[in-house]
Amino acid sequence: MAKISMKVNGRDVSGEVEGRTLLVQFLRDQLGLTGTHVGCDTSQCGACTVQVDGKQVKSCTMFAAEAEGAEVSTIEGEAAQDGTLSAIQAAFQEHHGLQCGFCTPGMVMAAKSLLEVNPKPTEAEVRHHLEGNICRCTGYHNIVKAIMAASGQDVGAIAAE
Amino acid sequence: MPKDHGIGASNKRREDIRFLTGTGNYTDDINIHGQAYVYFLRSDVAHGKINSIDTAAAAAMPGVVRIFTGADFEGIGGLPCGWQVTDKHGEPMKEPPHPVLAQGKVRHVGDPIAAVVADSLDQARDAAEAIELDIEELPAVVDMKAAVQEGSALVHDDIGTNLCYDWGFVEENKGAVEEAFSKAAHVTTLELRNNRLVANPMEPRVAVGDFNRASGDSTLYTTSQNPHVIRLLMGAFVLGIPEHKLRVVAPDVGGGFGTKIFHYAEEAFCTFAAKQLNRAVKWTSSRSEAFMSDAHGRDHVTKIQLALDADNNFTALRTETYANMGAYLSTFAPSVPTWLHGTLMAGNYKTPLIYVNVKAVFTNTVPVDAYRGAGRPEATFQLERVIDKAARELGVDPVELRRQNFITEFPYATPVAVEYDTGDYHATMDKLVEIADFAGFEARRKDSEAKGKLRGLGVNCYIEACGIAPSNLVGQLGARAGLYESATVRVNATGGVVVMTGSHSHGQGHETSFPQVISEMIGIPEDQVEIVHGDTARSPMGMGTYGSRSLAVGGSAMVRAAEKIINKAKKIAAHLMEASEGDIELKDGAFSVAGTDKSVAWGEVCLAAYVPHNYPLEDIEPGLEETAFYDPSNFTYPSGAYCCEVEVDPETGKVTIESFAATDDFGNIVNPMIVDGQVHGGIGQGIGQALLENCAYDENGQLLSASYMDYAMPRASDVPFYKVDHSCQTPCTHNPLGVKGCGEAGAIGSPPAVVNAVIDALHSGGHKVEHIDMPVSPSRVWAAMNG
Repeated sequence: MAKISMKVNGRDVSGEVEGRTLLVQFLRDQLGLTGTHVGCDTSQCGACTVQVDGKQVKSCTMFAAEAEGAEVSTIEGEAAQDGTLSAIQAAFQEHHGLQCGFCTPGMVMAAKSLLEVNPKPTEAEVRHHLEGNICRCTGYHNIVKAIMAASGQDVGAIAAE
Repeated sequence: MPKDHGIGASNKRREDIRFLTGTGNYTDDINIHGQAYVYFLRSDVAHGKINSIDTAAAAAMPGVVRIFTGADFEGIGGLPCGWQVTDKHGEPMKEPPHPVLAQGKVRHVGDPIAAVVADSLDQARDAAEAIELDIEELPAVVDMKAAVQEGSALVHDDIGTNLCYDWGFVEENKGAVEEAFSKAAHVTTLELRNNRLVANPMEPRVAVGDFNRASGDSTLYTTSQNPHVIRLLMGAFVLGIPEHKLRVVAPDVGGGFGTKIFHYAEEAFCTFAAKQLNRAVKWTSSRSEAFMSDAHGRDHVTKIQLALDADNNFTALRTETYANMGAYLSTFAPSVPTWLHGTLMAGNYKTPLIYVNVKAVFTNTVPVDAYRGAGRPEATFQLERVIDKAARELGVDPVELRRQNFITEFPYATPVAVEYDTGDYHATMDKLVEIADFAGFEARRKDSEAKGKLRGLGVNCYIEACGIAPSNLVGQLGARAGLYESATVRVNATGGVVVMTGSHSHGQGHETSFPQVISEMIGIPEDQVEIVHGDTARSPMGMGTYGSRSLAVGGSAMVRAAEKIINKAKKIAAHLMEASEGDIELKDGAFSVAGTDKSVAWGEVCLAAYVPHNYPLEDIEPGLEETAFYDPSNFTYPSGAYCCEVEVDPETGKVTIESFAATDDFGNIVNPMIVDGQVHGGIGQGIGQALLENCAYDENGQLLSASYMDYAMPRASDVPFYKVDHSCQTPCTHNPLGVKGCGEAGAIGSPPAVVNAVIDALHSGGHKVEHIDMPVSPSRVWAAMNG
């Protein structure tokens, strides 16, 4: 067991982990941050997507010990203290970009990383960026639409009905 | 002007707030103090005889609490099958036992052999590696047609055959169908496979069993679409726990698509082990485990024939299908290729004579059961493919051939035992022609050809049977359950409403759409209405959510209960206003006396019901809470027309979806935004089936596609934006909301449109390809073009 410390959503945290403990397990099991989900075991689905030191990371692909000293952002840190949703979260609700909600935290964190480096992505760029995030409910239509809307683009022309 | 509340408003979803902020409560988020973890040691061979299981070394490993094997479950019930099909000779289907943990033999890769319970999951997994197994591998039964030949190895030795049933429908029509074929001017024949799929909700299954020694109560938290059904099946048939000592909770569930309907071994194990160990026991499926333990879907091999007269009218249809059951009968497996498939073979067409034969076959593969659409996609795919092929053979327009044969008068009794109440198939086709811009297709095709690509347009129609269904009918058809739904409407003293429904939401948005109905009925804001579901301790006995039944059946139960509430509230209001009950009107949250200016607010009546100082106690009881059970009188029949345009790269065979348009008739619609979303998701899965997804076994029964590295899930870049339209509405005539159900349409209607489009594209390039099995992968397309 090794003692690790990091900053998660702006708070200093620490814990004891085995070498094999994944970052996602540390977040869920030790910190109780269960918004980050596990949907596969091959780093394909992206339900566990977080940011580590500002970079998009699948938290099932990283050992907890590797995040020693890092700044980690998870879905729980996205809304404001008073509960106001972030622009991306609000767009997901406005455009029905989620159904069962299981992939949603990963989608929101992936969208955040995309818009930080590409503030006005095209449809093709959004779809390409979501290559590592699988949704089984929405057929992606409203996820792509929500992310484009969150970037300030007019999505009124996108076929809905 | 779109409505901003009540029925017809695109209300934003209230459940989104918790899902978007990471505060949902999925089953894997539930941890009980002191819980142990279970890891299942599963078979890595498809078929084998268990000679011995030595757990001694494993039991001594750190943290191990106890190791269970099949021997611990002797005398305990197996997993029950909920539907008995009777074969064409009047004999019941073969129904072999399905033990919780393997006994004597393993029958598919993933069959659980031993369950290691330990203080941590890692310790359980480590210990499982130390279990010594002696399993003698036996020849695997994989191919369905070979499985029913003499001399095949047997999945279940004691039933002496791999044929579960040989079903004929309608058997009495068989002779007339044969005669019609002998007189046909043209017969089109198509042989195809409906590929095996894995439902793959993004949340893997989880079960947490708990036991309270003081009360003797067992609780199971599980990822289920129907917690009451699990309580009934597990309590009554497996573990012998009466309902009042067993609570089943299905909290937030991350998608289901059918595969979370069924009662699974892991649920029974965790409930059983928690009582044995007096300690909560938790199981969380890995995705790899999900691929080899979640019930799979589809997997039909079919030959279909369509007979037409000289004027291109459909005169008869016959199909012969081999349907894979896998190694055991999953909960509703026998009903899928029969009553959910054969009864839909008329489609949207007035074919007068139909005969359906289905041979259900046991193989050494994971059990197969309902997956989004369940039988209806298989029916639609073969029917809409054979019609397209017939149109090509006859040199007629595939849309016109369909239109010519549309059912146009309702109600319509099909020759396959169901009666469609409403529909307007020309209307949805007209709308499709418009939104998919058929008129501009030739220009788009020329653009594609200029880029060296082949472009195709594929169309199909679909009909489905939803809102399953009248209990007395399904009982005659072999269901071992009723198929009503329930709701309790509780009005609190200050006027707020809580609806406890037997329906379950795992993405459908009931917490948002159900209050819209109550708001419409009573005239109070939606935020005064709360929906409770997913807990057998809180809701009346319900049958859960599948078959696009929630609003049609569960919503109708809620309406019936709310009607009782309103009737009682009117009595109270009449008393308060000293008026006649017959003169009381409820509008916008207030009761008034017709023709006067007297009124009392909804809240005043509710308060009077709970503080009955001035109250007609001699006539009615205090309180305002009512329960209704609604049993529909028929299925509902959503229908529609879908169009897909593809580009095929002739160099590589790669198919790209250029556009997809869907017109559906769902009858009345409560929340259009949610309905659109349901169709989008269904189309995404249908495109996945058509182009990408395939659950593959090798000849030894090894599962080749047991992870997302090997099973091609549709990704964002595989699909386009979809055009969907729901303006064609012929309301259902027999439920109080006039709704039909929308959950499965997209998955039913989309695969044939994609394949029809690919075939159309290939023909435009001079390739006389008649069929390509799904998934229409680049290699298959290339081989077909160059074969």
